[in-house]
Amino acid sequence: MTSADPILDIRNIEVVYNNTIQVLRGLSLSVPRGAIVALLGSNGAGKSTTLKAISRLLELEKGELNSGEILFDGQSVKGDKPHELVRRGLFHVMEGRRVFEDLTVEENLTAATYADDLIEAKKRFELVYEYFPRLYERRDGLAGYLSGGEQQMLAIGRALIANPKIILLDEPSLGLSPLFTEEIFSIIARINNEQGTSMLLVEQNAAMAFAVSDYGYIMETGKIVLDGPTDVLTNDADVQEFYLGMGGHGEEENKSFRDVKHYKRRKRWLS
Amino acid sequence: MDWLFFSEIGLAGLGSGGLYALTGLALVLIYKATRVVNMAIGEILMLGAYVFMGFSAGLALPIWASIILAILVTGLVGGVVERAIIRPMLGESAISIFMITIGLGSVLIGVVEIIWGANPQRLIEFMPKDPIFILDAYLSPKVGYAFLIAAIVVGLFLIIFRTWRGGVALRATAGDQAAAYSMGINVPKVFSSVWVLTSMIAAGAGILVGSIGGISPDMGVYGLSVLVVVIVGGLDSLLGALIAGILVGLIETYAGAYLGGEFKMLATFMLLVVVLVIRPYGLFGTHEIERL
Repeated sequence: MTSADPILDIRNIEVVYNNTIQVLRGLSLSVPRGAIVALLGSNGAGKSTTLKAISRLLELEKGELNSGEILFDGQSVKGDKPHELVRRGLFHVMEGRRVFEDLTVEENLTAATYADDLIEAKKRFELVYEYFPRLYERRDGLAGYLSGGEQQMLAIGRALIANPKIILLDEPSLGLSPLFTEEIFSIIARINNEQGTSMLLVEQNAAMAFAVSDYGYIMETGKIVLDGPTDVLTNDADVQEFYLGMGGHGEEENKSFRDVKHYKRRKRWLS
Repeated sequence: MDWLFFSEIGLAGLGSGGLYALTGLALVLIYKATRVVNMAIGEILMLGAYVFMGFSAGLALPIWASIILAILVTGLVGGVVERAIIRPMLGESAISIFMITIGLGSVLIGVVEIIWGANPQRLIEFMPKDPIFILDAYLSPKVGYAFLIAAIVVGLFLIIFRTWRGGVALRATAGDQAAAYSMGINVPKVFSSVWVLTSMIAAGAGILVGSIGGISPDMGVYGLSVLVVVIVGGLDSLLGALIAGILVGLIETYAGAYLGGEFKMLATFMLLVVVLVIRPYGLFGTHEIERL
């Protein structure tokens, strides 16, 4: 997607782990200001790696950005440490929620105040509790005892404390019930709407992701294979079959599971 | 039963307990921030005492300057150690770093032996010599003042960590380094400040311990008793270090006085076994949260 002044612009990045395993092979994408952009792909496609490359958490996992450029707010992220990027306004909500289990809910939020001026950050506690009343009820309880959905709320709440320009969300639906997933996604849409926060959303739950996002990218084995506005993607035959689970179009209607042979139908974008 | 003797032994026990608590504080702080038990803490303590001797006896500087310089230099060593050999291990498993600290202990012993020799030495007397009497019980002035200093420092840290935001940053870093990093906490800075700070505490404790019992390159064994203290108190509890420090100090001194010196270690390690059986996380340690 091209826009004049995107909040996040990734150009042809390549990431190699341990100097041996290449995970990203020339990936490019961009997030316009104020938009929600979805990044879909199957397991191992490199979605999380993409996010870690952006937030520079890659260095903790012996990953290296070999080539390409990542521009956040018009400036390269190359010289920044992860905590400096957060202070510049880029917040990465990691996969699996990663709350501090033996800290209370409120202390978890306090930990995120390091991203901003302390007084400003403290003011946003109320905002978080307004979005997530459930967290307010349990603010003095240990985060480790929250349910999965509440932990995801806390993870997003910590992001709000930091008042970021963009939030990178890594699989917020992971391990949540459909009900919780829906709640989380409606709040994501609300935050985007009311706070104007841009989001890059990594998901396996394509239907959910498309429901809230403006633009979508689909990646496989380390690069983008398809992209477009979400309404176009939703009507794409391949996307419907492989990501939205609507079954093959045209060829064999009403096929039973016995007849499903995935290898017969090649994805059109793999040449 | 001679109650005067009993209470005098008790006071002496309190004194050594205060020093245990102080050194335990250093161990607990590092563990709280990095989830690593720093096995070299006894050796850092020893280094601090030797550096003090170097300044006070070797260069004949005034006592107060020597104390400050010794604490600063040892803090600097802690910072260099963190930067050079602990920082590259960021993101590695805690057990690898634990092994490194064991090696670090040996290296420090070697360095001190090269510079100052392997023989035990005495520090310059610097504490007031007037005997202290509490009611009728006599307390060695060295032990008394050492306890006082240790109690003040430990108390200060207890208060600071109740109120200060840095305590949260410390525990967050310990809980999940990557997550702490991802929300704006400067993880490398937390690491180096903790190493500098705990090395300074250890140096202070080393000067106190050394001024009571003299110094030698193998006084790092003291770290082992402190390890018992923090395990009994709970590895991540400052209050635990204080209470367990005093408890271990008392038990050790009473065992030494009434049963004989060879029972000192026996008594402390029996305490360790009993506590671990009843409370595996220590008296005040945090239980791991198991979510199903």
